[in-house]
Amino acid sequence: MTEPGRRAPSGGWRTATVAGVRRPVPRGVELRLDVADRVEHLAGQHYVVRLTAEDSYTAQRSYSVASAPGDPLVELFVERLDEGEVSTYLADVVEPGDELDVRGPIGGWFAWDGARPALLVGGGTGIVPLVAMVRTARELGRTDLLRIAVSTRTLAELPYAGELLAAGALVATTREAHGLRTAGRLTAADLVPLCERGQTAYVCGSAGFAEAASQLLVGMGIPAADVRVERFGPSG
Amino acid sequence: MPGPTRGFLGRRRERDPRLPPGQYDVGRDWPVLTAEPTPRIAPETWSITVDGRVENPTTWTWDEAHLLPRSEYRGDIHCVTTWSKFDTWFAGVSVDTLLEATRPTADAHFVVATSKTGYTTNLPLADVTGGKAWVVWEYDGGPLPVEHGGPVRLLVPHLYFWKSAKWVTRLTLLQRDQPGFWEQNGYHDRGDPWREQRYQGD
Repeated sequence: MTEPGRRAPSGGWRTATVAGVRRPVPRGVELRLDVADRVEHLAGQHYVVRLTAEDSYTAQRSYSVASAPGDPLVELFVERLDEGEVSTYLADVVEPGDELDVRGPIGGWFAWDGARPALLVGGGTGIVPLVAMVRTARELGRTDLLRIAVSTRTLAELPYAGELLAAGALVATTREAHGLRTAGRLTAADLVPLCERGQTAYVCGSAGFAEAASQLLVGMGIPAADVRVERFGPSG
Repeated sequence: MPGPTRGFLGRRRERDPRLPPGQYDVGRDWPVLTAEPTPRIAPETWSITVDGRVENPTTWTWDEAHLLPRSEYRGDIHCVTTWSKFDTWFAGVSVDTLLEATRPTADAHFVVATSKTGYTTNLPLADVTGGKAWVVWEYDGGPLPVEHGGPVRLLVPHLYFWKSAKWVTRLTLLQRDQPGFWEQNGYHDRGDPWREQRYQGD
């Protein structure tokens, strides 16, 4: 963390037109947004979505971008939280053609430049920014730079599961057996074969997952300064 | 201001006046948002140094810091990710106490807080003086948990919480402002929640 942050792109408020809405997993929605006057992002960055009620009351939340910079649209994946004021709206109400106030890209730390080797470790919907990295690597023809391990309760709950498996991701399922694996969390034995010198590790998931995974990596001897962490708080 | 979002009603109609704009009450939770692995720091290896534009640079060990006059904060904290937490209770030492001992020079106008991990954040000196900032090791009557910055963190509750550097070990006074970690990564230089200074340009 002592490395000075390279200035990442950053954009102000824009109007986004919803171009596509898909519900690929039971508790989530994929929104494809046409963002006017868009500032191109780096994989791993996020956007803020702001909703405004008739009486000017507003609520805003941050969501990671799943799309690569070269995608003409910005794709966000939103996990639907039952008590979530913003996520229930985005998952249940939004339709193509709707306009949303968005701001981004934001964040320069949890961002991959597409040039350096990276170890991606994601839990649940924490895989979303990692999907942007996978797509960026594909765009650049540099999938060789990435090693990927993800954890999910079941395969059916994992958004982008097919894409991650196709990219060679090791998938640990904690509530069911998957392939040769029994149900269980990611372990050091899973991660050691994916570690290579010179990698930066990107860990994203719930606070509990991110803490466990990042401690696992540090325990394996990866310098803490080479581990970048994005923790999800409850943010309905 | 933009127009309303089609079909959005919003849930929380009764806004608690303690909530800054765009924030919500997280209740009893205290989310952890850190960009790096949590370091394990034994209290006996921790120290706090105040240096830079001061007449008397000083380092206090864990034991020495605990001999300083105890100071508490009871009130609210606000995270840029839009949660706020009411009625928190922290204890440690006032930054004023550390500055009285180190005596800032007349040209000291800013401070950079540095963590054991290398994390940095910058603040105007005026935001950490006058009873507005603490170096704390207690939360809710117990030791500050490591995931929340224990053994010791900075506490600047009137600004967004990324300014309250976890695992703080050094306060360096400067003549000129020097952007810290998040401030170089798209976030606002000052971070006043009441003015919604979240990102660069707010």
